[in-house]
Amino acid sequence: MKKFENMNNIIVFCEIEDGKVQDVSLELLTKGRKLANELNCKLEALAIGYKLEGIEKQIFPYGVDTLYVVDDAALEHYLTLPYTSITVKLFEEQKPQIALMGATTVGRDLGPRVSSALHSGLTADCTELEIGSHTETKTNKTYDKLLYQIRPAFGGNIIATIINPDCRPQMATVREGVMKKEIVDPNYKGQIVKLEAKKYVNDTDFAVRIIERQMEKSKVNIKNASIIVAGGYGVGSKENFQLLFELAEVLGAEVGASRAAVDAGFAEHDRQIGQTGVTVRPKLYIACGISGQIQHIAGMQESSMIISINSDPYAPINKIADYVITGNVEDVIPKMIKYYKQNTK
Amino acid sequence: MFAFFKKILVVEKKLNRMGLKIIVLAKQVPDTRNVGKDAMKADGTVNRAALPAIFNPEDLNALEQALRLKDQIPGTTVTLLTMGPVRAAEILREGLFRGADDGILLTDRAFAGSDTLATSYALSCAIRKIGKFDLIFAGRQAIDGDTAQVGPQVAEKLGIPQITYAEDVLFVKDGAIRVKRRLERGVEIVEGKLPILVTVNGSAPACRPRNARLLMKYKHATTISERAEKSEDYMALINEKPYLNIKEWSVNDIECDREQLGLSGSPTKVKKIENIVFQVKEAKRLTDSDSDINQLMKELIENHTIG
Repeated sequence: MKKFENMNNIIVFCEIEDGKVQDVSLELLTKGRKLANELNCKLEALAIGYKLEGIEKQIFPYGVDTLYVVDDAALEHYLTLPYTSITVKLFEEQKPQIALMGATTVGRDLGPRVSSALHSGLTADCTELEIGSHTETKTNKTYDKLLYQIRPAFGGNIIATIINPDCRPQMATVREGVMKKEIVDPNYKGQIVKLEAKKYVNDTDFAVRIIERQMEKSKVNIKNASIIVAGGYGVGSKENFQLLFELAEVLGAEVGASRAAVDAGFAEHDRQIGQTGVTVRPKLYIACGISGQIQHIAGMQESSMIISINSDPYAPINKIADYVITGNVEDVIPKMIKYYKQNTK
Repeated sequence: MFAFFKKILVVEKKLNRMGLKIIVLAKQVPDTRNVGKDAMKADGTVNRAALPAIFNPEDLNALEQALRLKDQIPGTTVTLLTMGPVRAAEILREGLFRGADDGILLTDRAFAGSDTLATSYALSCAIRKIGKFDLIFAGRQAIDGDTAQVGPQVAEKLGIPQITYAEDVLFVKDGAIRVKRRLERGVEIVEGKLPILVTVNGSAPACRPRNARLLMKYKHATTISERAEKSEDYMALINEKPYLNIKEWSVNDIECDREQLGLSGSPTKVKKIENIVFQVKEAKRLTDSDSDINQLMKELIENHTIG
């Protein structure tokens, strides 16, 4: 979709599970509203699913001007091709200048498919979105008000700013928890546009069907935990990780893990903190045996207080810690538990 | 006796017809997972040259899924396809050692500077040249970019469906594949019609190790570029054993619109690259003694950080 004649609105793809708009989508709407204000355009949203009556009540308060709703029994759960067909056709009709999606298993399945169909650029897992200009050095052509898609690259060792000068929409995905969600006005008045599924989806789009679905309510809630006890590869084993759970239990904390610890099988994937996991901002972060790869630090550096327990006094994470305890996790944690139990009610 | 043999032949023929044509997409990546002290330059930037180049981990998970189908369904062939510099032939050999039937290296300066979309376009053109296929496997994402885009974009370019985040292929039967997907909050079992592209998660079974027999067989396999400075003896060996030739395709070997390759085919541009600098704090240093830890816990309780 090259060179739009006019620059239009911002659209956010809203992910819905059990009638609830997912946090990541609300976070994107919040960001989208700010970008729309800056660009002086409208904020729009797309909701696809089944039994979506009243869904606008969850969406309009974030400052959404137009909500496109596609409500059909065949679309109850996400399916690549039908959702792609709707999104692609709607984008062709509305020609948004920016399109945002969650960097979830849905958004990361849908986004590339849509971007390929429209030949528009897509940047995955952005950590910041800003508006800025760009001058092409070769042609000296200046582009105003482009979307800067800022993301870590190279395993999180560098930060890249990506732009799509010529193709629209400028598409980006963002992980849950990276942006903050904020209601603009609980009574914000938007417009609902109902789209008929049949006009957007072909029968041949149902080439993949769902046989069975087992979704659990997320047991782990590290994103909203005020205290996190996180373990890295240095914890050494799944058994040693049990100590972290014990400490978390007495402190009323959640247990998190680094990518290395998850890869080693010490902890479940939904506990992973960092660029490829969840971004957290607790008031206390206790890092146990975490060396501090950049990709991990990026996901927890905004914690109010950081305690690092590590046998290596030079572990990189110590540079951003408030307290550094040089010692073994299996010695230090029992002492913390003991003192806490003795000195609180 | 004769009838018995005939029967076997018929069965084999039938099974052969059932064999699948599988393509596995793979990428050679710098091992960004362990950027240790050696790989950091004095100015704090990453010394890419110091990072080993490896077979992208999730592409190995993808290869394993393909090889398992090859084990199950006689007549199945597995072709490994990669795009990259001449050096990327290393992972093709690695794939041959583990059981792939052949490898194709797509390499050309025209591909330089490709973003995910231009990469997907080039790969899709190469796949069209390979011809008819039943299944394409790819890793969920590569560790140097973590975008997870190339798989779905290749599927879109080829006009076939996709199944992402696969953890296990349950079966392939009657022109359909059933797959278990690993999602954030659970699992999903889906079934799709062939031909289809499947991206495989790191949580899927690890790839089998090199096979000693295949290692011996393919040890000297090379692409034409790698052979540039080889001896005459070696060239004679290649003529004698054609399977030692790893196919190398340039832009001239595939049918494509050059405008859609490399920088010109990439809608996204890198405007700026920065090294990450973190705010360094002055930490309080403690030992693991009872008194140090008790003092810390006391402070945390008193200032209501905990408790």
